[in-house]
Amino acid sequence: MISFALFNYWAVIVLMMVGFYALISRDNLVKKLIGLNIFQTSVIMMYVSFGKISGGTAPILIESGGHGGDGHGVQVAGDAAHAMRDNAEILYSNPIPHVLMLTAIVVGVATLALGLSLVVRIKEAYGTIEEDEITRMDNAA
Amino acid sequence: MSQNLPALLVVVPMMLAPIAALINRSGPAWVIATSGAWFAFGAAVQLLRRVMTEGMIVYSLGGWVAPIGIEYRIDQLAAFVTLIVSAIAAVGVLYARTSVASEIEEDRHALFYAAFLLNVCGLLGIAITGDVFNVFVFLEISSLSAYSMIALGQDRRALTSAFQYLIMGSVGATFIVIGIGLLFVMTGTLGMADLAERIPAIWASGDGDRTIAVAFTFLTVGVTLKLALFPLHLWLPNAYTYAPSAVTGYMAATSTKVSIYLLLRFFFSVFGVEFSFEQMRLDAILMPLALVAILAMSSVAIYQSNVKRLLAFSSVAQIGYMILGISFGSVIGVAAGIIHLFNHALMKGALFMAMGCVMYRIGSVRIEDMKGLGKSMPWTMAAFVGGGLSMIGVPMTVGFVSKWYLLQAAIKGGNWLAAVVVVVGSLMALVYIWKVIEVAYFKRRENDDPIEEAPLSLLIPTWTLVAASFWFGIDAGTTSDVAMSAAESLLGMMQ
Repeated sequence: MISFALFNYWAVIVLMMVGFYALISRDNLVKKLIGLNIFQTSVIMMYVSFGKISGGTAPILIESGGHGGDGHGVQVAGDAAHAMRDNAEILYSNPIPHVLMLTAIVVGVATLALGLSLVVRIKEAYGTIEEDEITRMDNAA
Repeated sequence: MSQNLPALLVVVPMMLAPIAALINRSGPAWVIATSGAWFAFGAAVQLLRRVMTEGMIVYSLGGWVAPIGIEYRIDQLAAFVTLIVSAIAAVGVLYARTSVASEIEEDRHALFYAAFLLNVCGLLGIAITGDVFNVFVFLEISSLSAYSMIALGQDRRALTSAFQYLIMGSVGATFIVIGIGLLFVMTGTLGMADLAERIPAIWASGDGDRTIAVAFTFLTVGVTLKLALFPLHLWLPNAYTYAPSAVTGYMAATSTKVSIYLLLRFFFSVFGVEFSFEQMRLDAILMPLALVAILAMSSVAIYQSNVKRLLAFSSVAQIGYMILGISFGSVIGVAAGIIHLFNHALMKGALFMAMGCVMYRIGSVRIEDMKGLGKSMPWTMAAFVGGGLSMIGVPMTVGFVSKWYLLQAAIKGGNWLAAVVVVVGSLMALVYIWKVIEVAYFKRRENDDPIEEAPLSLLIPTWTLVAASFWFGIDAGTTSDVAMSAAESLLGMMQ
């Protein structure tokens, strides 16, 4: 039986394999890049799942007893602090994977941008973005 | 200043890159790239000297101590690899001025130098960081800049090979991130030193050992893809063949070497030699692949008619030698791998640079176009012969030193098959190097258009590397001392 608790990870595996398959099997260079992106995105999902702690709240520091400042935001934080103080300790999700994935997203965007610009130049040079046609033209040359 | 040298080593090239791109004029951009590369070289020399006398340097970035901040850890191996990368970059950037001017359009020069600086920054960063996620970030900085530099080649196939490299390289990098993520979820840390402490405990407890094993597998595949170990080398021959000559010379000598460093770092420092070699039996997979790489890729190299492509396949074979040394798992084996890492950087850099000189004068590096070059470009071809002798492993060259250590390691390990393969591989190197020499020296040119010797701005950097490959072949003590002590500390003999 597939346990529902591990649902995230099943989604990760499915996405990973979909992306990887597209990357390997497609001849169209843009589709390859889409596959690569899905593949990379599955890893982002995996990391974020790692960071989740059951019952944990968003990792934003809740300070007990507001210190200065003005308006509504402090009020809400104060209320939350009161509510949390009853539960002795506040449980946060682990923020590190989220931060790491911000970096990975940036890297993914850079990779995609570079890949697409290469595709544009390949299109200019060869007149096609189908890998089998490019291979044929290279072999003929 | 000197206290912050580890950070400056990476930050200076990184900050200079956008300046070079913004100035957007060939000459000033080159000056900036040169100062960046030479600064890194100077810093690397100082760091190596400090590490050799004072031991490992631990530097916390921004003053945040390890578990919270990122730390740079520079031990002998890291300092040694830093020195290799920055030295090749410093020589390569001098070479690039003339070579790039003839092979890349004027309006792209500044961007090329920016990409070059970023690549230097990324490779140096991988070498000195002590944080596994930081490794990934630097890996991508160096890879993305490498893809764009390769795409600057004259032939349109440079574009497709850069694209192919981008796809395969990104898959490799993503595998590395998956491995890092699995390690993080088991240990709750990203610092290499912390990982090394916590992994054995988790493995021994038996709870989550499977995750550790999977992480190990992902890291192995990812890193071997990056370092182009047979059969994951498919991106390399095209990328090296169609990249601009200056890029090929620089990259062949640095990027795969840094990936091998990464392999050593993960397997020896993070997982530990006992886990990698006794629990996971890494040698059982690395050694056969290395042996096949040496034999298969050397024989493929023999049949190439494009010399850059020939040398690229030879590179894959030489990577086989380095991995072979590492796969012995003994001090002398790992030391042989590290020595060959350095030596191969010198000789392959020299060979590719000599081919760049040929490209500059005759616009081709096909063997049949090189007839009679021994007479018309004596210094260039002499450099090729010098590098070639090293490739074959003739005494008094660096190639001999690495083969000597490899053979010793093989014999000490009682592995006669490996010893035979090392020797056969050298004979095959003789065949493919001789093919070029024969045409260049003993065939006559059909037409009599005069071909001039390559300009000094190309010859001097090329000969610097050739001279270094003889120097370190005769004075082998320096490199082997560093490599031996690096290998000892990797294998935990110093603790």
